[in-house]
Amino acid sequence: MSATVHPPVPEGRQELVLERIEAFRRRRPRLTDEVVTLAHGAGGKASAALIDAVFLEAFRNEALEQLGDGALLPLPSGDQLAFATDSYVVRPHRFPGGSIGSLAVHGTVNDLAMCGARPSWLSAAFVIEEGFPVAELAALAADMAAAAAAAGVTVVTGDTKVVDTGAADGVFITTAGVGLVPAGRRLAADRVRPGDVVLVSGTLGDHGVAVLLARGDLDLEADVTSDTAPLAGLVEVLLAAAPGTRWLRDPTRGGVGTVCNELAAQAGVAVVLQESALPVRRPVGGACDLLGIDPLYVANEGKFVAVVPAEEAGAALTALRAHPLGADAAVIGRIAGEPERIVLLETSFGGSRIVDMLVGDPLPRIC
Amino acid sequence: MRFVDEYRDPAAARVAVRRITELADGGRGGLPYAFMEVCGGHTHTIYRHGIEQLLPETVELVHGPGCPVCVIPMGRVDDAIALAERPGVVFTSFGDMMRVPGSAGSLLEAKARGADVRMVYSPLDALKIAEATPDMQVVFFAVGFETTAPSTAVTLLRARERGIRNFSVFSNHVTIVPPLKAILESPDLRLDGFLGPGHVSTVIGNRPYDFVARRYGKPLVTTGFEPLDILQAIVMLLEQFAEGRCEVENQYTRVVRDEGNPIALAMLQQVFRLRPHFEWRGLGFIAQSALALSEDFADWDAERRFDLPGVRVADPKACQCGEVLKGAIKPWECKVFGTACTPETPIGTCMVSSEGACAAYYTFGRLHRTAAGLAAASS
Ligand code: SF4
Repeated sequence: MSATVHPPVPEGRQELVLERIEAFRRRRPRLTDEVVTLAHGAGGKASAALIDAVFLEAFRNEALEQLGDGALLPLPSGDQLAFATDSYVVRPHRFPGGSIGSLAVHGTVNDLAMCGARPSWLSAAFVIEEGFPVAELAALAADMAAAAAAAGVTVVTGDTKVVDTGAADGVFITTAGVGLVPAGRRLAADRVRPGDVVLVSGTLGDHGVAVLLARGDLDLEADVTSDTAPLAGLVEVLLAAAPGTRWLRDPTRGGVGTVCNELAAQAGVAVVLQESALPVRRPVGGACDLLGIDPLYVANEGKFVAVVPAEEAGAALTALRAHPLGADAAVIGRIAGEPERIVLLETSFGGSRIVDMLVGDPLPRIC
Repeated sequence: MRFVDEYRDPAAARVAVRRITELADGGRGGLPYAFMEVCGGHTHTIYRHGIEQLLPETVELVHGPGCPVCVIPMGRVDDAIALAERPGVVFTSFGDMMRVPGSAGSLLEAKARGADVRMVYSPLDALKIAEATPDMQVVFFAVGFETTAPSTAVTLLRARERGIRNFSVFSNHVTIVPPLKAILESPDLRLDGFLGPGHVSTVIGNRPYDFVARRYGKPLVTTGFEPLDILQAIVMLLEQFAEGRCEVENQYTRVVRDEGNPIALAMLQQVFRLRPHFEWRGLGFIAQSALALSEDFADWDAERRFDLPGVRVADPKACQCGEVLKGAIKPWECKVFGTACTPETPIGTCMVSSEGACAAYYTFGRLHRTAAGLAAASS
């Protein structure tokens, strides 16, 4: 065997390789697998390939092709109807700070809020495994009722199915929701401009770490509570203080790193984050360090990432921090023109690196 | 946490970088100083904190063979999948290993086809599963250097003590010194020194590396895993050159003792024996470079309990992992890097683990100095 160090490679060759890779990355992901694996559910490139090849192919239409958190449908009044749906399979069903019930309400309410909608009505469908205790089901329903009341939405329709033992894991919940986006409000990646500021409404990674620890398969204890919460109220606070807000997203599965990558790709910009500005609670940071995971990729259920014009950033931050759900809000970065479609992190150490799409979610079912 | 912050202090980093720039001025005979970081953990730190961009062009870091996932050959992955697909077997593995491609897919794909494959964070978790499911055979896919071998040993000792018979270990533990020797033996070696592995050395100590300086005339500095550790170790290597010394030194004194950890070493002695030879991905067979279970623990040895195909499978043609593991090429110089081979569709093992040079470069470093500068300038 041999170990050689090349003389310095001719200038330019590395750039060529990097360009080739960027071109390759822009291609639409292709589905080559024969069976569905967990990777198809992890929110990365594999998920995109599956959705593209199977669902978009079957249902293709303009509203779906936006692939947003929810669909926006025009109404004669000039308002828009926002419509979103999500399934919840988190294990365990209860974790510090919430349950699959409260999560099923918050998740869908937040998807609507990220479109700029005021959520109004929800549906709830339950797939229940034979043998599931009624008392537990009632407790989950009570959680949902409380969460709905707090979010100002009503559960107006639903469905119940029971399946054989082993055909589901206790209970799975699917909710769908509708809300109205007032006329004139438009939050979209194409409004994002170089020079804009990136904000986050609070600390990163609380939900993912809380659920991971609640599963109890790690010999690790830390005082971490899920951040699951409805965000529609906080969004209204933000939009009042920063009416020029360009874009909003709740960094659930895949975390802040993933939504910033989606933004960079959709808007054709660079998102430049500052490691030292990322708000992370100590126990969450400590657990992530121990497990070798990056809080940037850990799920949140009560936070949003917002892009606002630089001149409105100060007002936005002050308003968010005055709200109980936004007390830890922070400016975490800015939008730059280049390098296009890339998320960069300026490390606290003084270097910089890429924050890429995550491959193969290291975390088990968290939502 | 203060402990960690202290080793990520940007002001201290600037001081170290200035010192490195002074010491490395002019390079070595017109070429940059080439230092190999032996351990995958270092590769990860280097990329994660963007250390390469902080260094002057007169210092080049070369990634070494110390990523445990990267060195597992295809045949062993096939064996693991064969085990996992046996009825009645629960196959447990660290998450990274589940994505490593064998000749017919990965463990993750075997799981999707119906095999009972479960991710664990430690071998003790696997033992817990065995206790909870006494009618299943629970196998643990053990990988790693002397760093992780002690926890496998503890688990086996506990299994014996509690008489847990439905548990076994498929050992792929490897040792660090033989591949290091193999790299040093290579005729066209052009490395100037080594950042020695920190975690491994907490177990084996600093002494086993003496030969690197004495026989091969290359300095080695055992290095910790925080970004400042890496910079300090580079300073120590360069100081050796400046002062005309060539020694094995220890930067990671807060953790590593010269004699290592005698308790862990005794445990390894008891539970494992050296294999006469073991195949390393891309590096071929290396004598006495891996650990099998000792006779005392034969009853817990998956290789003896089950029939394994044990077929040697050639690496895919396009794969240049061997060259990458030896530091002969940079990850991006591999022909399939970033196109056919990506973290989502890995061809080689170096693209799987976040400690693998290709994966680390792809996910964190895929950026030229000029591009990093662009973002800074356009803000
Ligand atoms: S790019 Fe892929 S095939 Fe090439 S060396 Fe790296 S891991 Fe191996």
